[in-house]
Amino acid sequence: MKHTISILCDNKAGVMTRISGLFSRRGFNIESLTVGTTEMDDKSRFTIVVQGDDSVLEQIRKQLQKLVHVIKVWDIKNESIIEREHSLIKIQVTPEKRSEILQIITAAEARILDSTGDYWTLEVTGSTAAVSSAISLLSEYNIIESIRTGRIALERGVGKS
Amino acid sequence: MKKGKSTGARSLVRALEKMGVEVIFGYPGGANLPIYGALQGSSIKHILARHEQGAAHMADGYARVTGKVGVCLATSGPGATNLVTGIATAYMDSSPILAITGQVPSTMIGNDAFQEVDITGITIPITKHNYLIQSADEISPVVEEAFYLADSGRKGPVLIDIPKDILSSEFLVSNEKEYVLEGYNPTIKGHPGQIKKAAALIKDSKNPVIIAGGGIFHSDAFEMLLHFVEKSGIPLVHSLMGKSSIDSNHLLNYGLYGYHGKVAANTAIVKADLIIAIGTRFGDRSTGPLATYARDAKIIHIDIDPAEISKNVSVFVPIVGNARDILPKLTDLVSLKEIPDWIDLLNKTVVEHPLRKGGKEISVPGALEVLKQVIPDAIIVTDVGRHQMFAALYSDVKAGRTFLTSGGLGTMGFGLPAAVGAKVGSQSLNKDRPVVLISGDGGFTMTCQEIITAVEEKLPLILVVLNDSSLGMIAQLQDEFYDGSFDISNLGDFVKFDKLAISMGAVGHRTETLEEFEKAVRDAQSSGKTCVIDCIIKEEAHVYPMVTGADLLDLVE
Ligand SMILES: Cc1ncc(C[n+]2csc(CCOP(=O)(O)OP(=O)(O)O)c2C)c(N)n1
Ligand SMILES: [Mg+2]
Repeated sequence: MKHTISILCDNKAGVMTRISGLFSRRGFNIESLTVGTTEMDDKSRFTIVVQGDDSVLEQIRKQLQKLVHVIKVWDIKNESIIEREHSLIKIQVTPEKRSEILQIITAAEARILDSTGDYWTLEVTGSTAAVSSAISLLSEYNIIESIRTGRIALERGVGKS
Repeated sequence: MKKGKSTGARSLVRALEKMGVEVIFGYPGGANLPIYGALQGSSIKHILARHEQGAAHMADGYARVTGKVGVCLATSGPGATNLVTGIATAYMDSSPILAITGQVPSTMIGNDAFQEVDITGITIPITKHNYLIQSADEISPVVEEAFYLADSGRKGPVLIDIPKDILSSEFLVSNEKEYVLEGYNPTIKGHPGQIKKAAALIKDSKNPVIIAGGGIFHSDAFEMLLHFVEKSGIPLVHSLMGKSSIDSNHLLNYGLYGYHGKVAANTAIVKADLIIAIGTRFGDRSTGPLATYARDAKIIHIDIDPAEISKNVSVFVPIVGNARDILPKLTDLVSLKEIPDWIDLLNKTVVEHPLRKGGKEISVPGALEVLKQVIPDAIIVTDVGRHQMFAALYSDVKAGRTFLTSGGLGTMGFGLPAAVGAKVGSQSLNKDRPVVLISGDGGFTMTCQEIITAVEEKLPLILVVLNDSSLGMIAQLQDEFYDGSFDISNLGDFVKFDKLAISMGAVGHRTETLEEFEKAVRDAQSSGKTCVIDCIIKEEAHVYPMVTGADLLDLVE
């Protein structure tokens, strides 16, 4: 099962190494990892998506919590997750496929950020699932390159994660 | 220097003094020389190890005996990497040490400067925390924080790496920072509700057993454990790290359990309906194959580290906190168990499965028996190998910080330097005890240069090399699992350890019989000097019991 872990930690040199090192050392697989600043100057928030059953998750959470710079760790429940992921997709647009691709862009709520000759760079923002399905639709055509940011997430409502 | 100013090195030494440090085990080099400068005129004594690995094990041995943070010091690059094995050893056994390393000047970091190594990067997985100092004014608060981290919660090593220019730079003392640790708050007090649940389980159990681990040692909960055992009447077994949790000859102590455990102790685990595990992490050398581990038992797990709960075995009632706090509360809630059938079964097993005895020739069990008789109140330090398992099975110790061994990492070469640190520590306590090293010829060779340190410090030490001319433990594994078909474990008899000792300024004895050995031990005991006894063991004897199969009772005796 996939889990989304949110980590609030001190924004100190080396925190990234400590956190990612812990995953590899203990054999936990990271599916995606994002990190960024928060509403507090000296804190960062990581969102890490991992695969594993509940006991693996519990172990990850506790081991992370032991890192001195980690202030809190949450396993965000699927019911209460607000998640977003961002992606850039560069695609070849031949004249005969143009209208099909435009339809997909509308359906997937994507945006065209750049068009240079036959090559368009699209932006898709949405839940991980939405981004995946947009990419899957576009994969019928010639994707030149693409990148995904990985999931960022917060908990719904007043719950502060 | 102007008034109100200090240097990085001075503020380091002042901070160490403030934390009550009496001794540092170290080794100099270019990058830490400013610290040596600042140590001049300090109340802190410096002991010069002969290898940085030795310095780290000495700090560890000191910490284990005193319960205080042990401090070691090395220079950058190779000095720092030489500490690594010692730091990892302390990490695996949760021993509180502080390692301080000099680093190349901050302006050169990242340029592959001479003797530059990323020691904070290297030690992330083997320290509780580590620091690369950025400015002189943070040294003092970082030292305080490091001590607090090393010595609280689940204890462990902390490393501080300080660039040489920062050690030498001046700063205004009034600018010194304070430390804040928002994300670190170890649970000490056990949850009362959980303690009640545990008490109820104990009340209903028929075949309960206590497992005592290294947590008893690190929390100094010896007395609390004794009260709990005696009030409840529940039999006890221990892990390797828990050997000195309780007197070895206490009636309810059934001894070491696990891979080389006693049959009665392993029986207690296999047949238990309730396990009360205290400060133990269910390591694989204890549990054997997890699939068959304590199948019929519910487990109560008392541990200060929440991450140990249900890590290896699933726990029914976890109680997170310090054993020192939890045990008295649990003891209040229990009454004497009437479990004569269970006790009878275990006692019968003890009688039916005695440990093998040595023959007439001098053997490891024979030598250990002599040590037991001659020095009953010793702090025993072991190295790693067959002799270590023999020591864990055959030696008697009193409850307390009296049995020091590298359990988690199994570091050959730990014993001698740890014994040096242990003796220095013991001398600093109200009650000094004799320190006896039980080592093997292989492991002793790995750090034998520390004899020099012991001699220089005039430490009375009884250093026994059980010299079987082999890597005995490896020979045993080869015989058991590889048909003894290759001979990598033969060390030969080139080294005369008595002569080696004499060449380093110690007293050396060589013994070939039990009588000679006993005489040498008595001599060593009364000499008050650093003595090495090269105890020649001719009789090839493996250490049993040894679990070879699918569960803890599938063993060779
Ligand atoms: C640093 C290190 N290297 C290798 C080993 C593997 N090892 C475990 S026990 C052992 C043999 C130890 O021989 P010795 O010190 O003579 O003790 P004995 O087993 O003979 O009592 C070895 C090589 C180890 N534990 N530590
Ligand atoms: Mg040997």
